[in-house]
Amino acid sequence: MSETQTGWRDWLLTDTPQSRNQARLAALFQGWLSFRSNPMAMFGLGILILLLLMAAFAPLLAPHDPFTQDLANRLKPLGTPDHPLGTDSLGRDILSRLIYGSRITLYIVTLVALIAPVAGLMVGTIAGYTGGWIDLGLMRITDIFLAFPRLVLALAFVAALGAGIENAVLAISLTAWPPYARIARAETLTIRNSDYISAVRLQGAGPIRIITKHIWPLCISSLIVRVTLDMAGIILAAAGLGFLGLGAQPPSPEWGAMISEGRRFILDHWWVATMPGLAIFTVSLAFNLLGDGLRDVLDPKDEK
Amino acid sequence: MNAFSKLLSGAAIGLAVTAVALPVNAETPANMLVIANRIDDITTLDPAESFEFAGADVSRNVYGKLVNFDPLNLDAGYQPDLAESWEISEDGRTITFTMREGVKFHSGNPVTAEDAEFSLRRAVLLNKTPSFILTQFGFTPENIEDTIRAEGNKLIITTDKRYASSFVLNCLTATIGGIVDKTLVMEHEVDGDMGNTWLKTNSAGSGAYTLVSWKPNESVTLQANPDFYQGAPAMERVIVRHIQESATQRLLLERGDIDIARNLNPEDIAGVMDEGGIKISDELKGRLMYVSLGQQNPDLAKPQVRQAIKYLIDYEGMVNSFLKGQYTIQQNFLPLTYLGSVEENPFSLNVDKAKELLAEAGVDGLELTAGVREAQERLEIAQSLQNTFAMAGIKLNLTVGTGKQILGMYRARELDVYVGAWGPDYPDPQTNAGTFAFNPDNSTEAQNTGILAWRNSWDTGGLSEKVEAAVVENDRDKRAQMYRDIQAEFRETSPFAIMFQQIEQSALRDNVENFSTGQAITAASYWQVTK
Amino acid sequence: MAAEGQKTEGRPRALFPRWIGQTGITLGSIAFTMLGLLFVTFIIGRVMPIDPVLAIVGERASNEVYQQVYQDLGLDKPLLVQFGYYLWDVMHGDFGMSLLNARPVSEDIARVFPATLELATLGTLIGVFLGVPLGVLAAVKRGSWIDQIARVVALVGYSMPIFWLGLMGLLVFYGILGWVGGPGRVGIFYVDVVPSVTGMILIDSMLDGNWTVFRDALSHIVLPASLLGYYSLAYISRMTRSFMLEQLSAEYITTARVKGMSERAVIWRHAFRNIRVQLITVIALSYAGLLEGSVLTEIIFAWPGIGSYITTALLSADMNAVLGGTVVVGLVFVLLNVFSDLLYKFFDPRAQ
Repeated sequence: MSETQTGWRDWLLTDTPQSRNQARLAALFQGWLSFRSNPMAMFGLGILILLLLMAAFAPLLAPHDPFTQDLANRLKPLGTPDHPLGTDSLGRDILSRLIYGSRITLYIVTLVALIAPVAGLMVGTIAGYTGGWIDLGLMRITDIFLAFPRLVLALAFVAALGAGIENAVLAISLTAWPPYARIARAETLTIRNSDYISAVRLQGAGPIRIITKHIWPLCISSLIVRVTLDMAGIILAAAGLGFLGLGAQPPSPEWGAMISEGRRFILDHWWVATMPGLAIFTVSLAFNLLGDGLRDVLDPKDEK
Repeated sequence: MNAFSKLLSGAAIGLAVTAVALPVNAETPANMLVIANRIDDITTLDPAESFEFAGADVSRNVYGKLVNFDPLNLDAGYQPDLAESWEISEDGRTITFTMREGVKFHSGNPVTAEDAEFSLRRAVLLNKTPSFILTQFGFTPENIEDTIRAEGNKLIITTDKRYASSFVLNCLTATIGGIVDKTLVMEHEVDGDMGNTWLKTNSAGSGAYTLVSWKPNESVTLQANPDFYQGAPAMERVIVRHIQESATQRLLLERGDIDIARNLNPEDIAGVMDEGGIKISDELKGRLMYVSLGQQNPDLAKPQVRQAIKYLIDYEGMVNSFLKGQYTIQQNFLPLTYLGSVEENPFSLNVDKAKELLAEAGVDGLELTAGVREAQERLEIAQSLQNTFAMAGIKLNLTVGTGKQILGMYRARELDVYVGAWGPDYPDPQTNAGTFAFNPDNSTEAQNTGILAWRNSWDTGGLSEKVEAAVVENDRDKRAQMYRDIQAEFRETSPFAIMFQQIEQSALRDNVENFSTGQAITAASYWQVTK
Repeated sequence: MAAEGQKTEGRPRALFPRWIGQTGITLGSIAFTMLGLLFVTFIIGRVMPIDPVLAIVGERASNEVYQQVYQDLGLDKPLLVQFGYYLWDVMHGDFGMSLLNARPVSEDIARVFPATLELATLGTLIGVFLGVPLGVLAAVKRGSWIDQIARVVALVGYSMPIFWLGLMGLLVFYGILGWVGGPGRVGIFYVDVVPSVTGMILIDSMLDGNWTVFRDALSHIVLPASLLGYYSLAYISRMTRSFMLEQLSAEYITTARVKGMSERAVIWRHAFRNIRVQLITVIALSYAGLLEGSVLTEIIFAWPGIGSYITTALLSADMNAVLGGTVVVGLVFVLLNVFSDLLYKFFDPRAQ
């Protein structure tokens, strides 16, 4: 067993890869090794894995039904027997709601993180690389979206498509991509004229190849930093839409919505808003640590 | 890096020093009343147009009316104000008001019968939203020359038929009955708007206060009228600040930066009660919370289903938890303290009974959509309903939206269930009877979108006629009995489950005396307040 | 610039048109963006299922009153015609009347925008002055405890729901300690005391020489501005760190170090110089974000700013106010972008 492992290890860590695939896998493995050596990043990854497990096994983990109300036992404090994190305004168990809410949170975060940065990256790099009228046009469109008060845009979008969590995700993505585009463009502009890109161009690479193979990888690090930083913002933005009745509909235990519900009691029953706040905080912390670690691994400009 | 470190520490120290050294005001001045309230609903301060709670508060303190309520004795009903006395003709159609002598507008112009004539005619001519309060008596732009007229110091109004005189006089106490300064208003007329544009943001009244400024979503400032005919108010300046958050209002009150906080939620009320120097005043308001069932849905049109739903509401549970102290159970469409109001509340949560009724109706697995506007108490009520409905196998989906969004759907008859609130427009039973239990034409084409019964496609099952009869009955006791009968029938047959009546809880600094929010019949008044 | 002018004196004709062309493109793109912004907002305003007529006439209105207002607002005309009218008015500086409070929207905006500008500017200043050094320090001392602290500070700022932090801040610093002024821009006694010149009370009171009002206004703005500052600090310091790390690992830095240049010079004269461009973009973005995104802060601190103005208008379907607010925020944003683009070209020879 251990021999095979060493065998794999050697194969992966070889200085003279036999095939393209081996080289690629080797690079990934080396990335994983350097990632693993970063305890903070591993901690972040650990939390996210726990979150995934929590979401997957929510029905087994939750001590109560997240929707069952008990008006006689509302706003119970932390540490109440049977309700370790207390109960909310309608007497629902906060812990159970948090556990179920992790599903919604993961869903929102994954979707937005898949849509917005990718869209931004495409627009930004194309604009930055091609320059001229295309740049001007794309950036003006970006500006239009960026210059919009986000709420107006999101509200209008959801209003057109109808309320609900999916549409809220789309609306948030729609408002979230322009900053990514600008950052990607700024990066592209500084990379575009570098000797390295000129060399690639001299070798006969076409613009599409240059953008996807050479510019994108260089832009990804700043985007990852930005995306991970935005995670908390995304969850809270979803909550904000919920606040206007356009996001998760009650009685959904969406964390952001739980905060908005609990904020009325903040002076006397602080835990009702603070517990979901802590949950969001923990998850965004995890994303951030993970992103930081990933950044080190993914950034080809870094010294190894 | 040095430069930045210096800046950094400099900024930090600077912040710390300013923070510690800053002055803090302990108390508001003795002649000033500072109130925190949500005033973002104000859209205009023209009495002929104003129709919101916060706007009514301003109007009540700025404009005198022919008849008005005494804030220190609201139970006494309407009292003489700018009209010293009145006489009702034999046929009950004509009321002749004698104007009080020697009262002056803020401008110094005397208040005359001509001003009163102008004000009422103006409200009819402008035809703004609240104009129905006057036009329901048959006043039209064509006939006001005859029906509303001044003669010397008398104002004579003639209604199209005989109405209960209390009904007419109660309507004149509404905001739209405010008497404006004809000379001043007409000086500011633009394009024949009878001064409407100008009056939206200015005042031309004779009341206890003049309007200094209204900054939308920010503040309303009033200055005392030293020549107020009932005597100069003790509070020389009143400032109403728009503070959205209950927690923020509470902190301001506890610090003594405001005198009155009007929008504390039950939890914050409980919190400030423990605090020294603060007292709570409870006043029963006219606002009702109800659930209505759209009769366009064939299942909901079945009488047993309507009845079942009334048994699927946890009235007790709600008033004892998240509505605690701020609502009381009321299952009838007339708020307590109104003529003809009753205290019979036969319904309570009874799942078995509801299930029986549903089985009787042959309804199973009902799925309904409820419109709820984004306001915390309504959301909580809606979620509680969702919970109790589910106990009898009814699935309630909530559609949450801004007030205007949901209201649009309600008016278009698109909702199965509406979780709503209703506040009376004037302190007479007709205001609620005329909308809950009155629907002369239930057809879609009628577009009686202002009538709640119409919005729920309910033909009232014969109650409309009884409402029409009650409104012309001049014998007060008989009239009250008619409303009691209407409500008894309404309670059992209507698609409305009236649930709660509001109690307004204001938190005041200890030294504030005599403040009144106007209870169920009128708006807040400041001139009797002392500190 | 002057040096360049002298150099090209030999062929002035080439310089002149180029300058014109650049300006033309810049102005053209501003115009294009603004037009696009206006058009999209206008369309949004018309397709939103919130009914502006209902917003005016209220719940009780009869159908006749409703129809009358519908026509008064010109809603029965074709969309493009409505947009044309609107555009014409905007070009004449007229944003129309607020549907809800019957005042000129421009007047409202002149009142609320300076309040936000004051708050966001102070917040951004705090964010920049604390965030940039923190980010640089974290990058230089990467992996050290300073780096970890910087990370935690930034993360907490970023992940904390702002209304939670705001209410807690109010409770502690205002409610319990009484160190700062409460909600609102100034104490109730100082409202309208100094004449409004810029609309920003701190500046107005300075101009007026009224230091009592200045102190009071400062005591009110400290808390919300620090909150926003914290938020922008978190973002700016993280981005600074990321940019700096990129530079510090570049070859020219190694070369400079090999050459024996002092560490301080390496960091500030080389690495930091090269991230200015990206940093400016980030700061501009963050500033713009504070200008329109501080709605919750504005609500909690009863700060009558443009964020809550637009939101309130939106929720009550006051489309003239929404359009006006959007245009103003958008314009500021576009100008910020143009400004950062100019700095870009000025600082970064590669970008030209």
